Amino acid sequence: MRALFPLKQVMGLICSLTLTAAALTVYFFDLSFEAGSSVLLITAFLQAIIQLTVFMHAGEGEDKKIIYTGIYYGAFVALVTVFGSLLALVWGYY
Amino acid sequence: MNFFDRFAVPNPSITIYASMIAIALTVIAIIAGLTYFKKWQYVWSEWLTTVDHKRIGIMYLISALIMLFRGGADAIMMRAQTAVPDNTLLGAKEYNEIFTTHGVVMIIFMAMAFIMALMNFAIPLQIGARDVAFPRLNALSYWLYFFGAMLFNISFVIGGSPDSGWSSYFPLAGTDFSQSVGTNYYMLALQISGLGTLLTGINFITTILKMRAPGMTLMKMPMFVWSALVTNFIIVFAFPVLTVALAMGTMDRLFGTNFFTTENGGMDMLWANLFWVWGHPEVYILILPAFGIYSEIISTFARRNLYGYKSMVISMVAISLLSFLVWVHHFFTMGQGALVNSIFSVTTMVIAVPTGIKIFNWLFTLRKGKIEFTVPMLYTLGFIPIFTIGGVTGVMLAMASADYQYHNTMFLVAHFHLVIIPGVVFAMIAGLTYWWPKMFGFMLNERIGKWAFWFIAIGVCVTFFPMFISGLNGQARRMYTYSESTGFGIWNMISFVGALGLLVGFILIVYNIYYSTRYSPRNIPGDPWDARSLEWATPTPVPEYNFAVIPHVDSSEAFWDYKKKGYQLFRDPVQSIHMPNNSGLPIIIGAGFFVWGFAFVFGIWPVVILSTLFIFGCLAYRSLEKDHGHYIPVSDIEIDEQGGSVQ
Repeated sequence: MRALFPLKQVMGLICSLTLTAAALTVYFFDLSFEAGSSVLLITAFLQAIIQLTVFMHAGEGEDKKIIYTGIYYGAFVALVTVFGSLLALVWGYY
Repeated sequence: MNFFDRFAVPNPSITIYASMIAIALTVIAIIAGLTYFKKWQYVWSEWLTTVDHKRIGIMYLISALIMLFRGGADAIMMRAQTAVPDNTLLGAKEYNEIFTTHGVVMIIFMAMAFIMALMNFAIPLQIGARDVAFPRLNALSYWLYFFGAMLFNISFVIGGSPDSGWSSYFPLAGTDFSQSVGTNYYMLALQISGLGTLLTGINFITTILKMRAPGMTLMKMPMFVWSALVTNFIIVFAFPVLTVALAMGTMDRLFGTNFFTTENGGMDMLWANLFWVWGHPEVYILILPAFGIYSEIISTFARRNLYGYKSMVISMVAISLLSFLVWVHHFFTMGQGALVNSIFSVTTMVIAVPTGIKIFNWLFTLRKGKIEFTVPMLYTLGFIPIFTIGGVTGVMLAMASADYQYHNTMFLVAHFHLVIIPGVVFAMIAGLTYWWPKMFGFMLNERIGKWAFWFIAIGVCVTFFPMFISGLNGQARRMYTYSESTGFGIWNMISFVGALGLLVGFILIVYNIYYSTRYSPRNIPGDPWDARSLEWATPTPVPEYNFAVIPHVDSSEAFWDYKKKGYQLFRDPVQSIHMPNNSGLPIIIGAGFFVWGFAFVFGIWPVVILSTLFIFGCLAYRSLEKDHGHYIPVSDIEIDEQGGSVQ
C-alpha cells in the first residue's frame, strides 16, 4: 500500500494549496504594496519550484544535471538583468 | 493621404532609384533564369523545401554572402562620403539611413547568418549525427531569418529606411523624431528574424545534448561544438530580451504606448538598457563560434592537439556568464553614478581574462607545431594580432572615466570594427574555406585565396587604424561631413583607401569562388586537409544521411586517432536509415510572416489579422499532420570506401 500511495505528489498538492492560500492573504489583509508584492513574488517562485521538481519531474530522468544547469543559468541571467537594470536606472542614478 | 503615398520613399535620390532598378533586374533575372533552364521543380523540391541541415547551411551561407555585399556597399558609400571635407556625395538623411542599414545588415543578417551557416553545416557532422534534433524547425528558422532580412531590405525602396542607428535609441527612434515607417521596419524585421534565431538556439542545444555519437562525452566534443553549445545557451537567454524590447518599441510607435517616451511615465533610457542587455551577449554570440572555428583550424594546421582543452571550455562558459554582466558599459555616459560605472568597468575588464586564456592556449598550440600556411590558417594567424589590438583598445574603453573622452567618437568605431572583423569575418571566411570542400566537393584556389587574405588583412588595418587618431582628435561617429579646418580630412582619406583595399579583397573572394567552380579538380578525397574531427570521416559529397553507420567515439580527436592510432570508428552493420521528409510548410509560414510584417509596418490592420490567422492555421495544420519520415533501405546506402565504414 505504501508503495502504491503517491506520497510525493499528494504532499506537492498540499504545498501548492498552502502557498495559494498564503498568496490570497494579500487580498484579504491590508498589506502595504512592498509587503504584498514580496509575499506574491516569494510564493510564486516556490510554486514554480514545486511544479518543476514534483509535477514536471525535473530531477528524475538521466538529464537531471542538464535540466538543473539550464534552470540555474536562466535564474542567474534573470536576476542579473533585473537587479542590474534597477541598479543602473534607479538605485545608482543621480 | 492617398493610400499609395505611404509607400513612397521620403527622400528619393539617385542611389535609391539605382537600387530599385537593381532589385527589379535581379528578380527578373532569377525568374527568367529558373524558367529558361527549367529549374523551378529542382529548386523547390531540392532546396526551398529541404530539411537537410547541410543544405540549410548552404542557403544561410548564400544569404550571408549577399548581405555581406549589401552591407559592404553601404560601408564604401560612407567612407566615400567622408573621404574629403564638406563632401556632398550623400545628404545628411541619406547618410543616417546608410549607417543604420550597414550596422543592422552586418550584425543581424550577415554575421548571424554566417554563424548559422557554419553551425548548421558542421555541428551534426562533428557530433556524428544524421541531422539536427528538429529538422523542420531548422528549416523554419532559416525562412524566418530570410524573410526578416528581405523585409528589412525592401525598406530602402518602399516607405524609407530606418535612420536612427543600428541601436535605434529612443526617443530618437520614437514617432516624434523618426516619422517615416523606417523604424517600424527595423522593429518588425528584427522581431521576425530574431524568432528564427531563438528557434535555432533551442534546436542546437537539444541536438548537441541529445544526439552525440555513442562514446562522445561532453569533454570529448570538438571545440567548435563546445563553442556552439555555449553560444546557443546565450541565444536562448539573451534573445527574449530583444523580443520584449522590440515589442514594446513597436507598441510605442504604432499603438501610442509610453514605454520609452519622455513623458507620461515613460523611460527613454529603458530602451538603451534593454537593447544592450541583449546586445552585449549578442557580441559573444558572434565571437564564440569564431573562437571555436579558430580552435579547429589551429589544431588541424599546426598538427597538434588543442592546448588546454579543459581551460578552453571553462573560459567559454565563464565568458558566457560574464557576457550578461557588462551591458552598462555601452552607456557609461548616460548619467548613472560612479558606483554603477565602477561595477560595470570591473566586470568588463574581467572578461579580458578568459579571452586572454584562449589566446594563450592558441599560441601554445602553435608552439612547436608543424604549421602549414593554408588560407584558413592565414586568417587565423592574422586574427590573433589584429583582434588583440581591438581587444586592448576595448579595455581602454572599459575604463568608465576615460570613456567620457572616447565615447561616441571614431575611436570606438575603430575598436569594434577591429574586434568584429578579425573576430567574426576572418573566422567566417576561414571556416568557409576550411569546410568548402566538404560542402561542394572541390577546394577553393589557394593562390587567389592568399591574395584576398592580404588585401583584406592590410585593408582592415589601413581602414580602421586612422580612426583611432581622428577619434582621439575629436571626430564624432555618425557625422556625415566635417569642415576642412578640423584636420580630419587626411585620416578619413587614408581610411577610404583602406576600404577600397577591402573591396578588392572581397571581390577576389567572389572571383575565387567563380574560378574554383570552373577549374578546381573534382576528385578530391573526403579528408583533404588531413584534419581531426568526425566531419572528415564522411565521404565527399556528404550523403543525405551523413554517416552510413553511426560512429563510436573514444577520444576528443576521434578521426585523427582513427587514422593514426587505429581506433575503430564504425563498428555496427549497415541498417536502413530513418530520415525526415521535406516540407513546404516552413517557407510558407515564412512568407506568411513577411506579409504580416509588411502589413504591420504600414498599419494595414485587415491584412495583419488575416496573415496572423494564416500563420496560426499553418501551425495547426502542422500539429495535426501525420509525417513519419522515410526509410532509406540498405541497398541504397553507398558503402563509404574511404572512411571504411564497414569492415
